Amino acid sequence: MVIAYIIACVFFIVGIKKLNHPNTARQGNMLSAFGMLIAVVAVFFESEVTASWNTSNWVQNGYLWCFLAIAIGSAIGLVWSKKVKMTGMPELVAIYNGFGGLASALVAFSQFLKDPDGSNMSEAIAIGLTIFIGSMAFSGSMLAFGKLSERITGRAIVFKGQKAINLVFVLACVAGMIIYVIPGIDTGTKFLAIVMLTAISLIFGVTFVLPIGGGDMPVVISLMNSLSGLAVVSAGFIISNTVLIVSGSLVGASGIILTLIMCKAMNRSIGNLLFSGFGATDAVSKGGPQSEPKAVSTEDAYLILEAAGSVVFIPGYGMAVAQAQHVVKELAEKLEENGAEVSFAVHPVAGRMPGHMNVLLAEADVPYEQLKTMEEINPSMPTQDVAIVIGANDVVNPAAETDEASPIYGMPIIKAHEARTVFVLKRGKGRGFSGIDNELFYMQNTLMVYGDAKATISSLAGEFTAN
Amino acid sequence: MDIILLLFIFVIAAFLGKELISKVPSQLHTPLMAATNAISGIAIVGALFVCATYATGELGMILSFIAIILAAINIVGGYSVTERMLGMFRKKGDKE
Repeated sequence: MVIAYIIACVFFIVGIKKLNHPNTARQGNMLSAFGMLIAVVAVFFESEVTASWNTSNWVQNGYLWCFLAIAIGSAIGLVWSKKVKMTGMPELVAIYNGFGGLASALVAFSQFLKDPDGSNMSEAIAIGLTIFIGSMAFSGSMLAFGKLSERITGRAIVFKGQKAINLVFVLACVAGMIIYVIPGIDTGTKFLAIVMLTAISLIFGVTFVLPIGGGDMPVVISLMNSLSGLAVVSAGFIISNTVLIVSGSLVGASGIILTLIMCKAMNRSIGNLLFSGFGATDAVSKGGPQSEPKAVSTEDAYLILEAAGSVVFIPGYGMAVAQAQHVVKELAEKLEENGAEVSFAVHPVAGRMPGHMNVLLAEADVPYEQLKTMEEINPSMPTQDVAIVIGANDVVNPAAETDEASPIYGMPIIKAHEARTVFVLKRGKGRGFSGIDNELFYMQNTLMVYGDAKATISSLAGEFTAN
Repeated sequence: MDIILLLFIFVIAAFLGKELISKVPSQLHTPLMAATNAISGIAIVGALFVCATYATGELGMILSFIAIILAAINIVGGYSVTERMLGMFRKKGDKE
């Protein structure tokens, strides 16, 4: 059966490798799914498992329960994945992260029941770690889900002594693990220690994510993704199973790399991001703005767009909220028919998870060649006739380059302000999510188009049809 | 299995993962996350083992039963939603 697990690992590895290009990605996904099938089937041929086959008493037949659970889970997973809207992807991934973590923690807990004395030291350490990481990933992800779906306020919640409390929690968890691992302590105490470890890990996940604001969610999701992978690795150490270790490592590495990419795109260290409560800053860098931003009607905006030879769209979370991706594509088509060159500039942290905007635009049938990364688009920015900012704010704030006092100073931005004309589509005159004033709005070449982004874009597209 | 050997596998796999993932372009990061969610459902192997062998009594049985459900949601849901997303990425001129 070890051979089957090795084959499964190979499928996972090749599957992820093929994810490096949109052309081969689907094939990669199929291979990875096939590898999973092999691994699952292999379990049922393990000699210890086949020994549980019991035809005289079906209720005690392990296969029955396994198949039942698989059927339930698969049905739920399938229906859910078909029904979810593309704008709801961050929430779905947050939930999956949580489930992955919880599944590993449950496996660890049942292994603990098998060995309540912690007699095998390395196994016992792995059990403690899996419960800790898995429970934390679960509760942290559930809170992230709550924040993303706005069941809970997306603002960072910071209270005094938060760091101290988190430290105490971590120390308590370490203590729980130690009590379980060292020999000579009675089983009752060890049981209490593990229950305490489980409870505190669950609470810790919540207190860990609470101070992180909604705008920093891409980082939280990536980090939880990584934790769910590490929980699997750790579970692999408990049952000495290499396929768990290898695939968990792949997931863990993926989460960590995405986390670091997100941090780099915000020019912040991971420590600063996790412990500073960024979204909570209600202090605003500057007092009164220099002047009122210039507003423009959609009719006037149309006249400028009509004359434009090149247009770049810069989408942000606001596009997802307004569900505007389809009308954006419609407008893009109209502009192309009018002879303009159209591209889309996607900032790494635009939206609520890595790659969020790309998926939304792909859903609206925007060909992926038109999607440009920040590095690709910035050099050509000064030659762009019009930049249309849709529901993005911090990622186009020139203060990140010029104002050392700004909280986002140093963050790489899409240089929308260098375009000849900038349209900013904005719901109202309020500040963006981070509460930072955006200089871009006051610039000479910037025109504000107030109102719902979807309505604005579709009326712009309508103007093209009418004229 | 020898703990050192397992650690060795872990380290090698982590480096391999780093190499593989850094080649995934940013536009595919959301599908990548969904796909890795599915892969983390591999914890199902451990859960199936516990559940099938009835190794840890009734409580263990119930816990592993729940674990199988959760992992199966991740596996089936993760792969299926990744497929759905990847199906949307198309080149210019590609039509359904």
